[in-house]
Amino acid sequence: MTVVETGAETDDGTSVGPRIGENAPRPDGVPKVTGDFAFSSDLHHDRMLWGATLRSPHAAARIGGIDTSPALAMNGVHAVLTHADVPGSPTYGLEHRDQPVLAGDVVRYEGEPVAVVAADHPDTARRALAAIHVDWQPTEPLVDPALAETADPIHPDGNVIRRIHLRHGDQAAAQRDDLVSVEGTYEVGMQDQAFLGPESGMAVPDEDGGVDLYVATQWLHVDRDQVAACLDLPHEKVRLTLAGVGGAFGAREDLSLHVHLCLLALRTGRPVKMSYGREESFHGHVHRHPARMWYRHHATTDGDLVRVEAHLLLDGGAYASSSGAVIANATCFAAGPYMVPSVEIEGVVVRTDNPPCGAMRGFGAVQTCFAHEAQMDRLAAALDMDPVALRLRNALEPGDRLATGQVITGTLPVAEVIRACADHPSAAVGSDEPMARPGGAGRTADAEHVVRGEAVAVGFKNLMFSEGFDDSSAARCVLHHGVATITCACAEVGQGFVTLARQIAGEVLGVNEIVLAPVETTSIGSAGSTSASRQTWMSGGAVQLACETVRRELLAGLATTHGLPIDDLVLVDGRVRSLSGDLDLSLAELTAEPVEADVVHRHAPTSTLDADGQGDAHVSFAVSAHRAIVDVDPDLGLVKVVELTTSQDVGRVLHPLQALGQLEGGAAQGVGLAVMEEVQVANGRIRNASFTDYLIPTALDMPPLEVAALIEQPEPGAPFGAKGIGEPPSISSTAAVAAAVRDATGLDLPRVPVRPSDICLVANPESGEAA
Amino acid sequence: MPVTIAISIDDACASLDAHPGALVLAGGTDLMVEVNRGVRRIDHVVAVDRIPELRGWSIEGDHDPVHGQVLRLGAGTTCADLAEPALASLVPALAQAARTVGSPQIRNAATLGGNLATASPAGDTLPVLAALDAEVELRSTDGTRRLPLDEFVTGVKANALNPGELITAIRVRVLDGPQEFLKVGTRNAMVIAVTSLALVVDRPGRTVRVALGSVAPVPLRATEAEVLMAERLDFEGLTTPEPELVNRFSELVADAARPIDDHRSSAAYRTHAVGVLARRAILRAFSGPVPEPA
Amino acid sequence: MTNESGFSLSVNGRSRSVVDALPGESLLFVLRERLGLAGSKNACEEGECGSCTVRLDDETVCSCLVLAEAAAGRQVMTIEGLGSEGDLSDVQQAFLDAGAVQCGFCTPGLLMAIDALLENDPDPDDLTVREAISGNLCRCTGYGRILDAVDRAAEARQAEATP
Repeated sequence: MTVVETGAETDDGTSVGPRIGENAPRPDGVPKVTGDFAFSSDLHHDRMLWGATLRSPHAAARIGGIDTSPALAMNGVHAVLTHADVPGSPTYGLEHRDQPVLAGDVVRYEGEPVAVVAADHPDTARRALAAIHVDWQPTEPLVDPALAETADPIHPDGNVIRRIHLRHGDQAAAQRDDLVSVEGTYEVGMQDQAFLGPESGMAVPDEDGGVDLYVATQWLHVDRDQVAACLDLPHEKVRLTLAGVGGAFGAREDLSLHVHLCLLALRTGRPVKMSYGREESFHGHVHRHPARMWYRHHATTDGDLVRVEAHLLLDGGAYASSSGAVIANATCFAAGPYMVPSVEIEGVVVRTDNPPCGAMRGFGAVQTCFAHEAQMDRLAAALDMDPVALRLRNALEPGDRLATGQVITGTLPVAEVIRACADHPSAAVGSDEPMARPGGAGRTADAEHVVRGEAVAVGFKNLMFSEGFDDSSAARCVLHHGVATITCACAEVGQGFVTLARQIAGEVLGVNEIVLAPVETTSIGSAGSTSASRQTWMSGGAVQLACETVRRELLAGLATTHGLPIDDLVLVDGRVRSLSGDLDLSLAELTAEPVEADVVHRHAPTSTLDADGQGDAHVSFAVSAHRAIVDVDPDLGLVKVVELTTSQDVGRVLHPLQALGQLEGGAAQGVGLAVMEEVQVANGRIRNASFTDYLIPTALDMPPLEVAALIEQPEPGAPFGAKGIGEPPSISSTAAVAAAVRDATGLDLPRVPVRPSDICLVANPESGEAA
Repeated sequence: MPVTIAISIDDACASLDAHPGALVLAGGTDLMVEVNRGVRRIDHVVAVDRIPELRGWSIEGDHDPVHGQVLRLGAGTTCADLAEPALASLVPALAQAARTVGSPQIRNAATLGGNLATASPAGDTLPVLAALDAEVELRSTDGTRRLPLDEFVTGVKANALNPGELITAIRVRVLDGPQEFLKVGTRNAMVIAVTSLALVVDRPGRTVRVALGSVAPVPLRATEAEVLMAERLDFEGLTTPEPELVNRFSELVADAARPIDDHRSSAAYRTHAVGVLARRAILRAFSGPVPEPA
Repeated sequence: MTNESGFSLSVNGRSRSVVDALPGESLLFVLRERLGLAGSKNACEEGECGSCTVRLDDETVCSCLVLAEAAAGRQVMTIEGLGSEGDLSDVQQAFLDAGAVQCGFCTPGLLMAIDALLENDPDPDDLTVREAISGNLCRCTGYGRILDAVDRAAEARQAEATP
């Protein structure tokens, strides 16, 4: 394990400002450990009302009518609103505005909102919901994604949300009889982000017909644009402020209660608060797309990949959300970080009456990583080759072409990442404690019931938004009396951007006092989404650019005044000094009048994908590897992950502790998907919408994470060379754990999460008998 | 006052009598889940978590070398209390079951009486109480009655409590012999039982008693398996039984299960798993021969 | 039906009166919405996440599963009673030093659970710690930095105990 120490103090105990590469303290750390930090669910206003949402109990139904009058007549009920009360756009959406704010004549998934109420107490609001009469006319839901293309459209936009047919290289490359081919069909279940802080927020009406919305989100400005359109208000009358975010992981990229809160506040003229319960939260946000994936790999007998074919089918659920980007990632990265001369991938994401799916950490790449890594292991077995050696033999390098035809121009240390992880010595030992075995506290296994398995998997994904999206982040730096104030609308969701922003400002300006302005929509432009591993690069880059602009302006003036070359001047610990030693000025005095800069930071432009899925669509890439060691109780099908080892392509580590936190936290979500996490949907209805039955790993489920290496090859164009690091840990971890369970049991296990019955109720190839 | 905080059993029974339909609140770990979800409304509550008589345990009567002593467990004994070493040494399977209930925070609040009152098929202590032939003591202003466990738990979340009655204690025999509790869940902690099994051995009585959880509306005894083992096992030496006997025992236990498919598991897996648990439990309990006492 | 007579709770050593509560309000709701003590968090309200952990007469419990009025007369300690800015407890400081805080939603509950653990067992082994915090779900950290924080806090507490 990397030894990391906090570095807030120098040897002589004097405080210094945050700098790049150090474990700077989180500015929100103290309020978060004292309970003073205000999360969105902690908002309170003396005059506030409580909002609540009536949701469809049916996966598909026509609505004959809605009678709100019994609810409105109740004491303590201040408003009951339906689709008829939405003044502006009746629909919203990230990529397509296809999702109703409140359903009118039809619902397309269980949990779809149909009415909202505002009342004096949550319990009053709940009783008011029960008093609303809806004339439900249930219809047969479309729940099998395989039937979606041929079924009657369930939405005016049709049932195919997006299809990408990627063709690269010689399509006849596999028409030889000297190749080894392996084929498999794989499935990934629907995962939930399961952030701990439920959807919540408060809308406060103002006197001029506008509204202030305090909400936990990943992307304030795109929320603002959608909310304003639905309210039919100009942007300046809808002001969003980021309230404390209790985790996100993709689940807060779409609107949830935003418009509902504003409608209720504008109607009642009072502040309205809403906070989903856990069950409602499962219905209130998108999930990770379930996937069905067919693959065929062809290689020479020496182990050189020749061609990869795949068909990917993702279930987008009822509305589009970010399905288009998810299927693009799944398709583009379907073959993994390997050099494949000939590729054909058909990726389709369809609409069904299942819960809507959208962004979740590693979107698209998580699903295909599980499949392409299973294929690589299968190919290695067919070739009688070491699976790590097979991967190294085919590892992509800078200068290689991806399946999209794009040449890798930045850093991509695939082989280094694989080698570091695979070669790292394991610290795993067997424990004599029954609780440490599969089954844990249930104490089901004795030592002789347990078999161990080990495997390595490699993950690959783009960083940031792709396909020509005009992505940017705005930042402002004001240096005044030696204090730097940074304004940026980047949503802090727990990842620690607030720490990085201060480190970047401290590094560039040499100041020790750095203030982060509140995150809201009126004072600054969009920072884009806190997703796709993009904020370190985009908003970190914007903060860097803003601070550098201020620095340059300040130093240029001083250089002129003092007749010194600008390169002779440095900013150190709140002072401007000349390297030649003549000048030593107080920055606080120099900035008695503020020096400021407003910037918009963009990455290099990308292009769209053409009809063959070809194009320079991506900005940058990252690779990670995990080695999992698992203990399995084959007779009961229970799994204990004993150890995870990882290495990751990070560009540069800006904050060692926070980097470690991303690696550990992402791996935990990967372990969860591998062995326990699945939103179970039957006939369109969620069967386990609670933390009692949607299980996420506890401290007894997570193994220690050994960090074999953080590969630091600075990425051109990235701030300080740092790549985004949030997603890769969730990509290769699931595949590695599943592969280790295969190694332990000898089973195919083509589906995650691996359920106990998948292990113990299938024919066992080793014993040759059905259990 | 919608909440009465009772300070004695008589006080609680009087309040229950005075407020027909009042809910009994012990640890709250089941009741409050329903209240928070809005599926249970509170009109009147009698809180029994501060009644000293309900908490704690005692040995009743003289030592009985054949049947063992009677352990009386107050209904307000928490799962954390049950896992304490002194009590665990008397009823180890109950302690183990209690340790698998929810989380440490839940175990600090959840009570044995509450687990009985909820009568969930997945109630972790219920299979142990079934295996121990527990007796449930009920009190009301009309007096006290005792019911065997299988008469108390009548169905899925259904019990034989009459209006105005309070569960006051559970009585079990302290047995001379090994005890096991095994629970299958798809997470290593804080998980509802997919299935569970309790096995207790009564060496002087020459019986093995096996009860299953989460495989039927109520905790089930695997009586055919028990009869088989009573005839065939070495209760003095606890000698490891022959594989053929273990297999038969496992089959009979699995045959006793009447599980359903639900979102936590399939009936097929539950049947398979209880068979595996039975095999493991009997081999843990009968791992002898036991060395001669020095 | 409101409880017009109200009731009082002892929270962090102070007596607090609660009026106008509706029947069935949990201790968590009353702390957060009526007493302005929002440090205890509402992540599941079914006892499955530990975010609302408080001490009730010294025992850690999920405050979402405590009927507020039934807690009258008992001692409630919340995260707000553990330590405040400038006067952080050893566990709070250890969380900061170890990098155990990300989104922070699970943090107050974990701090309460770990504080109680170390009070009862000053030098817990790894498995003991994991079991003790198995009722506190964290979605950001994967628990690695939290376990490190427990080690740091245990060391600090032992150093404090043996001058």
